[in-house]
Amino acid sequence: MLASFNTGRQGMPLLRKIWQINWSLVVLLLVLASVGFVMLYSAAGGSLEPWAVRQIARAGMGLVLMIVVALVDIRFWMRWAYAGYFVALLMLIGVELQGSIGMGAQRWLDLGVTQIQPSEVMKIALVLALARWFHGASIEDVGRLTYLVAPVALVGAPVALVMKQPDLGTALMLLMGTAGMLFVVGVRWWKFALGFAGVIAAVPLGWNLLRDYQKARVLTFLDPTRDPLGAGYHIIQSKIALGSGGTFGKGFLQGTQSHLNFLPEKQTDFIFTMFAEEFGMLGSLTLLGLYLLMMVYGYAIAFRSTSQFGRLVAIGIVTAVFLAMFINIAMVMGLIPAKGSTLPMVSYGGSSLVVTMIGFGLLIGVWVHRDVRIGRRVGED
Amino acid sequence: MSMKQRDQQRDQVFTRRALLLGGAKLGLFSALVGRLYYLQVVEAERYKVLAEDNRINLKLLAPPRGRILDRFGEPLALNRLNYRVVIVAEQARDVEHTLDQLAQLIEVTDADRRRVMRDVRKKRAFVPVTVRENLNWDDVSKIEINAPDLPGVSIDVGQSRFYPHTEAVGHILGYVGAVSETELTGEPLLELPEFRIGKNGMEKTRDLDLRGAAGASQVEVNAVGRVIRELNRQDAIPGKDVELTLDIGLQEFTRQRIGDESAAAVVMDIHTGEVLAMVSAPAFDPNLFSHGLNARDWEEFLANPKQPLNNKAIQGQYPPGSTFKMMTALAALDAGVITPATIVNCPGHYALGDRQWYCWKYKGGHGSVDLAFAIKQSCDCFFYETAKRVGIDKLAAMAKRFGMGARLGLDIPGERPGNIPTRDWMLATRGHPWTQGETLNAGIGQGMVLVTPLQLAVMTARIANGGYAVVPHLTRAVGGKPAENVKQPAFPSLGVNPAVMSHVFNGMVAVCNDPRGTAFRSRIAEPGLEMAGKTGSAQVRRVSAAERDHDVRRKDAEIPWRERDHALFISFAPIQAPRYACAVVVEHGLHGSDTAAPIARDVLLEAQKRDLGRQPPGRIAGEPKAAG
Repeated sequence: MLASFNTGRQGMPLLRKIWQINWSLVVLLLVLASVGFVMLYSAAGGSLEPWAVRQIARAGMGLVLMIVVALVDIRFWMRWAYAGYFVALLMLIGVELQGSIGMGAQRWLDLGVTQIQPSEVMKIALVLALARWFHGASIEDVGRLTYLVAPVALVGAPVALVMKQPDLGTALMLLMGTAGMLFVVGVRWWKFALGFAGVIAAVPLGWNLLRDYQKARVLTFLDPTRDPLGAGYHIIQSKIALGSGGTFGKGFLQGTQSHLNFLPEKQTDFIFTMFAEEFGMLGSLTLLGLYLLMMVYGYAIAFRSTSQFGRLVAIGIVTAVFLAMFINIAMVMGLIPAKGSTLPMVSYGGSSLVVTMIGFGLLIGVWVHRDVRIGRRVGED
Repeated sequence: MSMKQRDQQRDQVFTRRALLLGGAKLGLFSALVGRLYYLQVVEAERYKVLAEDNRINLKLLAPPRGRILDRFGEPLALNRLNYRVVIVAEQARDVEHTLDQLAQLIEVTDADRRRVMRDVRKKRAFVPVTVRENLNWDDVSKIEINAPDLPGVSIDVGQSRFYPHTEAVGHILGYVGAVSETELTGEPLLELPEFRIGKNGMEKTRDLDLRGAAGASQVEVNAVGRVIRELNRQDAIPGKDVELTLDIGLQEFTRQRIGDESAAAVVMDIHTGEVLAMVSAPAFDPNLFSHGLNARDWEEFLANPKQPLNNKAIQGQYPPGSTFKMMTALAALDAGVITPATIVNCPGHYALGDRQWYCWKYKGGHGSVDLAFAIKQSCDCFFYETAKRVGIDKLAAMAKRFGMGARLGLDIPGERPGNIPTRDWMLATRGHPWTQGETLNAGIGQGMVLVTPLQLAVMTARIANGGYAVVPHLTRAVGGKPAENVKQPAFPSLGVNPAVMSHVFNGMVAVCNDPRGTAFRSRIAEPGLEMAGKTGSAQVRRVSAAERDHDVRRKDAEIPWRERDHALFISFAPIQAPRYACAVVVEHGLHGSDTAAPIARDVLLEAQKRDLGRQPPGRIAGEPKAAG
């Protein structure tokens, strides 16, 4: 892998690559992560322990990984895209096996030293695999129905596995992220309609495969009021917290809903609520603005990239992060029913933060290697 | 199409589609912003209220209950500190073990233990659970000294009602108890689990005055209800002290004087209507009720033939016997059917139609009798004739003017009206017309005439004060201000000719002070304190003609208690300037002169002695002070 820092005809010296890194985007991401640190400090009642300190350490690790990933030649990632995808798929299957032994929802893969969430890894791996598939495709290729069988299979396998966990939120994110990528490569509108119909048709089929407790979870996901003391109560309290924050907020460390524990899981799922309660409408608009700015960076990188692979990776990563952000914020505001989603870059959780930062490493890598030309077939360059 | 053209076409599609996708994301962003605006600006106020509701609990602070005092400010009902030992599960860690250790210091029964363990499981870990109540000071100090070895155990102080004079005033004070479902009025105080309200007697009548007003403490709580801090506090307003007209000294004296008899006695001020003593015996200790009466005590109360739960002074209805002859005399004099000079011959019996009515002195009779002699000797024949002349309706009207036959409106609950029969009443309730024989019975206070001891006292007071419609009351002041019913002590005249009144008045003087009077043996000999009175016996069981004819009336001691006559005595003192009226009824006490009169004498003597130079009329003894 070290060798690939400097391979290829268009290989750049390492120092020049470091110079090329989009440092303003890095700063933007660190600002987002810092919002997380501050809120985790507040969530602990004004203490670095137990969350803020660990989140800072993981962000440090994530920063290093992000820079390393950004500096690796983009063609390396393209070459290993399918392999990475299969590793992620195997991890998901591993989780499924663990889960069937341990009963109940199992999303974490225990690697002994650390736990990682394969579905998070899959979000990145799928983007890479799809980008590679469509890298060499012309408009005509994309227009052929048979050409789309592989990408549908690529997304279908992990979706089926996460659905079984059951993690409907992640499954939808994978589907919508893939749809976004298929859209930008030029798949016809009517095929989306067909695909959508196909998904709807598959629902009853998939439903029958689920066990009763899994069905119950899915139903609660769709309708939190089914569980008025659990998810429904959480959403009500979250809305109270948000609304009572008002325009200017209650002040740092002054959020009554959060600090008196009316708000559940404020360090993970409901961290946006806590932020909005303490900093009000002005604070939440600023945070949304940061995400918007991040998205603008992503699109700029995509448009500036010479290679189709680079563009698709950029769009895919930005879309994945956007979807995670949107689902989380819309959920805590009671716009959509959801359970167990986190706010990217801000929520507590090592696996999510590190994987997201690796994703951003790929995005920055696309920027660093924006002028690298890649042939239609691997090795053809 | 060349490769380059193809690439260009692909780039164009990508650019167009990517911009569309970006636009869609912007749309979703706008949805988030719109929702934020809705929640944080449009609905902000509503959610602020909800957040405050979440965070702030209003805790009611119960006010200390007002005291009940006697006329000199002596407390009759007050609040005593109730030491409770409580345990907080989250601090105790091992509750069972801590209870074991506690049981080595104070008594902890198995029932207590089971209840504590059940409450600990049911309630949140930081809620104190009561182990035992009403600890004495020894137990409290034992626990305090060993506090380091008793994690989570602490002493909690509450208040409970205490009646220092126990059963002497039980019937008047009543008692307090937990609020029952039907007593809930929506007043939040009543929903406090420890709150007690008046259930009977003065505690019930003056409950709203005694209760005070709730305070409130605003506390911040977290999601599981633990109190974080107090934000605001408004202290409770203590209940008002209620001062009674009673003199507890006289009350205790009267109670002791009655002893084991089943009896009632009422002493009142004939000018103001203040009830100075009102005793019903046997009585109950209201303290039993404030801790919650146990079933065994309750059964005992109910089974007792002397009915300790009954306030006989206002609830006992007795035939007034000869004490009613005052009414017969007044009605006849007032109607002009007799004069003081009217003579009636008493051969020991009186014939009406084909029946004989007997005088109590049925052997020999009283001979020629005038009014003064008839009252003094309580001659029945004289009053048979007098009653026949005046008729039942005029007799009843006079009795009603003197306060009988209807409730007097005393300010404690339970008063009963008694009964003064009339022709109309007879027709309405029994469905047959009045007969003259019944008039004769009524003329000597037998038959269907029923009165309460309080009514007897009021009748006596109205005779003694020269014919003014004095009304009895027990409340002297509330919160240091004269009670509403004593602001107007000027009672209207009953409109009976003073000359007529004086004949009856003098007759009663003679009963006690003429050597031939029926109560001469029970007179007050001390100059200036002499009393006037009238004896009475109320038949419980009809004396059969056979018994009378064959002179087989049993000796008093042979008559079963339940069949003995009730003994009555009404009196007032001093005769020169009357001030106190007293009525005594001893159930199954046989003769008014033997059992009731001595009690009345002692009580009236005590009343007069106690009062000498003690109390300027109208002064209020109890100044407003904080209770407890």
